[in-house]
Amino acid sequence: MRIVARDSISGRKAFLIRFLGVVCALLTGMIFLAIAGFDPFSAMISLLEGAFGNGRRIAKTVEFAIPLVITSLGISLAFRMKFWNIGAEGQICMGAFAASYFALFCADWPVWLLFSAMTAASFAAGALWAAIPAFLKVKWGTNETLVTLMLNYIAIKIIQYLQYNAWKDPGARGFPKIAMFDAKALLPQIFGVNIGWIVAIGLIAVIYFFITRSKGGYRINVIGESADTARYAGINVHKTMVITVCIGGALAGLAGMIQATGVERTLNETLSAGYGYTAIITAWLARLNPVAIGIVCILFAALTQGGNFIQTAYNIPSAAASVFQGLVLLFVLASEFFLRYKIVRSLPRGAQ
Amino acid sequence: MDTDTVIRLNGITKRFGSVTANDCVDFSLKKGEIHAVLGENGSGKSTLMNILSGLYRPDAGEVYINGKPTVISSPAVAISHGIGMIHQHFKLAEAFTALDNVLVANPQGIFKNSKKKFAEISALSKSYGFDVDLRCYVKDMPVGQKQAVEIIKVLYKGADILILDEPTAVLTPQETEKLFGIMRSMRDAGKSIIFISHKLGEVMAVTNRVTVLRKGKSVATFKTGDIDELKLVRHIVGKEVDLAINRTKAARGEKLLEAVSLSANDIDGSPVLHDVSFDVYEGEILGVAGVAGSGQKQLCETLAGLNPKYEGSVKLLGENLSGLRPIDIIRRGVSMSFVPEDRLGMGLVAGMTITENMMLKEHSTQKGLFINKKPYAQMARDVVKQLSIDTPDIDFQVSRLSGGNIQKVLVGRELRSGPKLLIMAYPVRGLDIGASMQIYSLINSRKEAGTGIIYVGEDLDVLMQLCDRILVLCHGCVTGIADARKTTKTQLGFMMTGQRRENMQ
Repeated sequence: MRIVARDSISGRKAFLIRFLGVVCALLTGMIFLAIAGFDPFSAMISLLEGAFGNGRRIAKTVEFAIPLVITSLGISLAFRMKFWNIGAEGQICMGAFAASYFALFCADWPVWLLFSAMTAASFAAGALWAAIPAFLKVKWGTNETLVTLMLNYIAIKIIQYLQYNAWKDPGARGFPKIAMFDAKALLPQIFGVNIGWIVAIGLIAVIYFFITRSKGGYRINVIGESADTARYAGINVHKTMVITVCIGGALAGLAGMIQATGVERTLNETLSAGYGYTAIITAWLARLNPVAIGIVCILFAALTQGGNFIQTAYNIPSAAASVFQGLVLLFVLASEFFLRYKIVRSLPRGAQ
Repeated sequence: MDTDTVIRLNGITKRFGSVTANDCVDFSLKKGEIHAVLGENGSGKSTLMNILSGLYRPDAGEVYINGKPTVISSPAVAISHGIGMIHQHFKLAEAFTALDNVLVANPQGIFKNSKKKFAEISALSKSYGFDVDLRCYVKDMPVGQKQAVEIIKVLYKGADILILDEPTAVLTPQETEKLFGIMRSMRDAGKSIIFISHKLGEVMAVTNRVTVLRKGKSVATFKTGDIDELKLVRHIVGKEVDLAINRTKAARGEKLLEAVSLSANDIDGSPVLHDVSFDVYEGEILGVAGVAGSGQKQLCETLAGLNPKYEGSVKLLGENLSGLRPIDIIRRGVSMSFVPEDRLGMGLVAGMTITENMMLKEHSTQKGLFINKKPYAQMARDVVKQLSIDTPDIDFQVSRLSGGNIQKVLVGRELRSGPKLLIMAYPVRGLDIGASMQIYSLINSRKEAGTGIIYVGEDLDVLMQLCDRILVLCHGCVTGIADARKTTKTQLGFMMTGQRRENMQ
């Protein structure tokens, strides 16, 4: 048995492999649930029901998907240039932080001005938080993976500081929490979900056209394939890289604002909830394709929401639900491997 | 079977997916002969050699070593049968001495007995006529000596069959002569050598027999004495090819480029160009010769504005180019393309289609935020047609084309942009004869149109036939600018090793 690279793969075969991956994932997950003493079939059905069973649950699933989609889109821009931005978590926090300032202290502004200010501030803060590693990389060749990761901790600590000290709500009877936002500063809802979902769909279209049709998108793709080629073609690699990474950070910042004003209705230290890391996975699974990002994020959100549901409905411990989610992910990732490689039988022996 | 046949391959077939790299190849190597394997790119030479050195296993066919059927299942097995390969890119530890490099490749016991081994190895190296100081560190050695260490390493392992993969590509003519001397003495000592080269002159000079591969099949085997270069080419290409490169006559126009005492440092601060001055005229091809790594790349990058920190001045038609952005220099009509060793690195985007590669430099001249692909699709169609690029369509990914076609895309694009100054470094690197000839004639047609051309090349024969003048670089300095019609290979060779032209006769 040997593993060899595939030259190319037909669309049907690729679909079949992915489909088998999901089937294997679900089967293994069910075996796990059975071993843990639960009825796997009804748990499975409940998982689906939990994610899509009624309007409220669908709304919840979509609510999970919104920050995931927007952050994945941002990350995918940087990843296209092989800039490994794993700092979306921190960029989300900073975006939420900047928007929260206006939500908390400028709630008496006219609504249009308040929302413009919050949006601009979240863009700027996310972009700034991404600009630091980008600038350090082009100036001194620092490793962006480390810098973005470290900045995540700093961002989360900043919010902790605000929550426990500077912005602590005096009316919360000593609880370390920031005051709830004024109703004026909350995102409006359409179909029971905050309007972030419209923003997410719009951004998918914008990023899609940006990547496939625009000059900027073309340059990003060239840099990702070969920075040397880009340099020879007269493209300013450093400038393009910093700007693109900032745009990605701005999107993550926007996701933070949506999360604060549309879901949490305040700023807190758990607001980013790992979206910044999950978005790395979803961006990769979607192969950085904006439309695929939309689909993958919805499925991922369904898995999360459905997992939460069976947790309460079946009294399955949350750790077991996480194991199930992890198994599914592992199989889906493995099927990606088989899209690129195949296993062949060893060659028959030659002359003996 | 002859008793003096050391390797016999019968009907070797090797497939990669749908591609048949070797199709029923027959080959035999005799004891004490130098046997050339010739063929265009993609003819299956490297696959065949990789089968011999144990990296690939054939799908069908038999391998006989000294008359016995053998399976070469791994490189270790190849070595145990006395087959040693000398790769184009040396596999030496730079921070070790030559002696340690040889010893490391042949681990015997826990402790090394350097003294005894030193005597052994230096005796071995003297017997074949190598002049290598075994105590010298590899990093301090010139390329030719590194190669010698590589060969000694393989010989010391007990190899009787040596495969030399384009060994002369990195050597000066003088070093090449030395290598040939050593190859002959190895042959006379009963070793068998497989010699892979694109340079026919070398094949004629040093080999006993020649086997030609074409499209994965073994076409023919000749005694070298029974055949001439022209006939060989006909077998390699499969049709008649005119081997002569024309030096198109074109009126030398105005002074196009004036470079005055260019000096530049590498990223780590070491000087890579020193006081380089030269002119290029319209309708002229200025060749640039030099051993690999003599500053050719830095010279090209400096002229194209990719090296912001340099001293000296570059003027194009009297206008000073220093301080301009690379894109501004491109817009002023300077086209620079550099084909690196991996052949794709600069100038083309491997994962993109032919059309998308056409817009690489020009997309920024379009107005607005979005790109209109139509003109580039037309350009791609024109280039494909004009250069007869073998591709299913213009939306085909460049990396899936064959090497020759990839380079044609690059050259085609650069020529179409109608540059005033065309800088081409190694445009025929790794290309076969037919494709190379095509590219030379394209360059000549630009020259006729009045473009000034800087041609950085490896093959001195080509430089001397194609160019009007040849600038020789050595360690970043210009050792001379020779008239290509009057100079000799020997003279160029001396200049490549650092002797100044004015000191020579």
